Amino acid sequence: MAIKKWDTQAENRRARLLRASSVCKGKIVPADRVTALFEEVIEPGDRVCLEGNNQKQADFLARCLAQVDPQRVYDLHMVQSVIALPSHIELFERGIAHKVDFSYSGPMGTRMAQLVADGKIKIGAIHTYLELFGRYFIDLTPKVSLIVAHSADRQGNLYTGPNTEDTPTIVEATAFKSGIVIAQVNQIVETLPRVDIPGDWIDYVTQAPTPHALEPLFTRDPAQISEIQILMAMMVIKGIYAKYDVNRLNHGVGFNAAAIELLLPTYAQSLGLKGKICRHWMLNPHPTLIPAIEAGFVESVYSPGSELGMEDYVSARPDVFFTGSDGSQRSNRAFSHAAGHYACDLFIGSSLQMDLQGNSSTVTLDRITGFGGAPNLGADARGRRHVSPTWLKAGREAQSGLSTTPRGRKLVVQIMETYREHMQPAFVERLDAWEMMEKTGMELPPIMVYGDDVSHIVTEEGIANLLLCRTEEERNDAIRGVAGYTPLGLGRSHSAVENLRDRGIVSRPEDLGVDHRMATRDLLAARTVKELVHWSGGLYQPPKSFRNW
Amino acid sequence: MEHLQFEFECSGNREDSQQATLSGVVSSGNLEVMLENADLNGLCRINVSTSAQGFGEIWQAVLNDFVARYNLANLQISINDGGATPAVVCLRLDQAMEEYLEIST
Repeated sequence: MAIKKWDTQAENRRARLLRASSVCKGKIVPADRVTALFEEVIEPGDRVCLEGNNQKQADFLARCLAQVDPQRVYDLHMVQSVIALPSHIELFERGIAHKVDFSYSGPMGTRMAQLVADGKIKIGAIHTYLELFGRYFIDLTPKVSLIVAHSADRQGNLYTGPNTEDTPTIVEATAFKSGIVIAQVNQIVETLPRVDIPGDWIDYVTQAPTPHALEPLFTRDPAQISEIQILMAMMVIKGIYAKYDVNRLNHGVGFNAAAIELLLPTYAQSLGLKGKICRHWMLNPHPTLIPAIEAGFVESVYSPGSELGMEDYVSARPDVFFTGSDGSQRSNRAFSHAAGHYACDLFIGSSLQMDLQGNSSTVTLDRITGFGGAPNLGADARGRRHVSPTWLKAGREAQSGLSTTPRGRKLVVQIMETYREHMQPAFVERLDAWEMMEKTGMELPPIMVYGDDVSHIVTEEGIANLLLCRTEEERNDAIRGVAGYTPLGLGRSHSAVENLRDRGIVSRPEDLGVDHRMATRDLLAARTVKELVHWSGGLYQPPKSFRNW
Repeated sequence: MEHLQFEFECSGNREDSQQATLSGVVSSGNLEVMLENADLNGLCRINVSTSAQGFGEIWQAVLNDFVARYNLANLQISINDGGATPAVVCLRLDQAMEEYLEIST
């Protein structure tokens, strides 16, 4: 009887490293040998993780991978947070990879949909970040990971700087399961400012010809915030943040969130809410949060990533942000999304479409976009056990009049104008997600936030409090009651909505004491990017695309 | 451009003002609203010029609610729409009306 071997993966790893010794000696790989290295260490059918989120990207390694000989390296199963670069798509067009498990594909969503239809990409599943990270340790462990850091030393220690993001998670899953980790860095130096990833977890390092790509994804120019967004932000501050004493929260990205952030030092201050709301945040360093920080609203911010231009400001505010011994920011997407799910009492985000059940989706018919982090942040944390006044109050509302075991509730707020640009209704009978499901053969419609997780819906018409609804019919009436002049809103019964108003389930601005005449851009703490720079004392250095002076 | 005209019978009256009021500015996604007194035999007449075709029913619904809020007869309202959302239309109409009421009292 043959003796079972228990170390085949480690043996296979050694064989790959031995082959690679024909390409390079030691850990440092010249940039022009990276493609050759890939052809030695990557085997057909491998599961390969290519690092890149919607912020930093292992763009040089992605380009090198797209250049391998498809006769030697093929049939790869890619696992990656985001499909964002043309080279990511090229892997499938050239037949190097055939399958992908991912979280988000924003900029490449349209091309993805075409390649799926052509049979060139097989999608395993579309995940949230936490789900995908979880699977890296269960059934999607990478054999080879191609990662990105700011700099390395000759032992392979890595400095990620402020944008640590997904790197520790990917390296952990690969290095401790007989995998191979290859890093691109902007520079190789003698001594690092600090060590973010220990060198003995890294097999190869290459200095890329150009610094890695980094997108200012969370910067919103205050000049583009509308009066409707200001009106909705006033309702959120008075009708939700003040009412529930919201102090631990996460904001989605977008102008609606930016408007709320910019109203804290003005409107919220005038209501006497400083020190009472919005003290602890899980958030990328939004430039629009600067005035609230400077005004003393914000006590702490923990971030999934950084934001281009915010580096010096963050370093100068270590009481607020998480920073290393070198003074620069440290971020971590996995930890921050866990924090957002379990340690925050409120999530607020926007969506493209919502149906009568309150389900929302960002899918439109010709684009596969994915989920990112919103489903984890915008979901009641069923495993949560610690209490807070906010969580208990929401729980009491959700259970009033019911004889169920008491428990708390997370506030999950969806905020949107009832019509988007070009008169696209935000409230629809049927989400486009259903048609996407039918077209691509998915098992379920790709829903971003499920209606039963949503506690409040905010539109220009007012706030619908779904926690207080007791029947399906009441929920439908409440949603119609804030759906404006969309087909769903026009289908409302006025008497039913007035009844919900009497019971505080639907609140109009006047019911909340919000004067729509105050909803002007004068209420914003900063009306331009230049004013944000001014608030930061010159520490915030906006990227060129946001400089118009 | 699409031109729409709506007429509503209203009972409220303010004959003390002869001034027109102009509110809002025309730019992308925005619109211009003008309210003025007119001898319309108890009607409120609203003329809409809009760059967005085929939204007559939504205009009807928005204006029904607006007229019901104020119920003002002998009022001529002109709207020049550059593709504003109903939320913006409602906000601008209310702003124009508030200005009109301030001037006329």
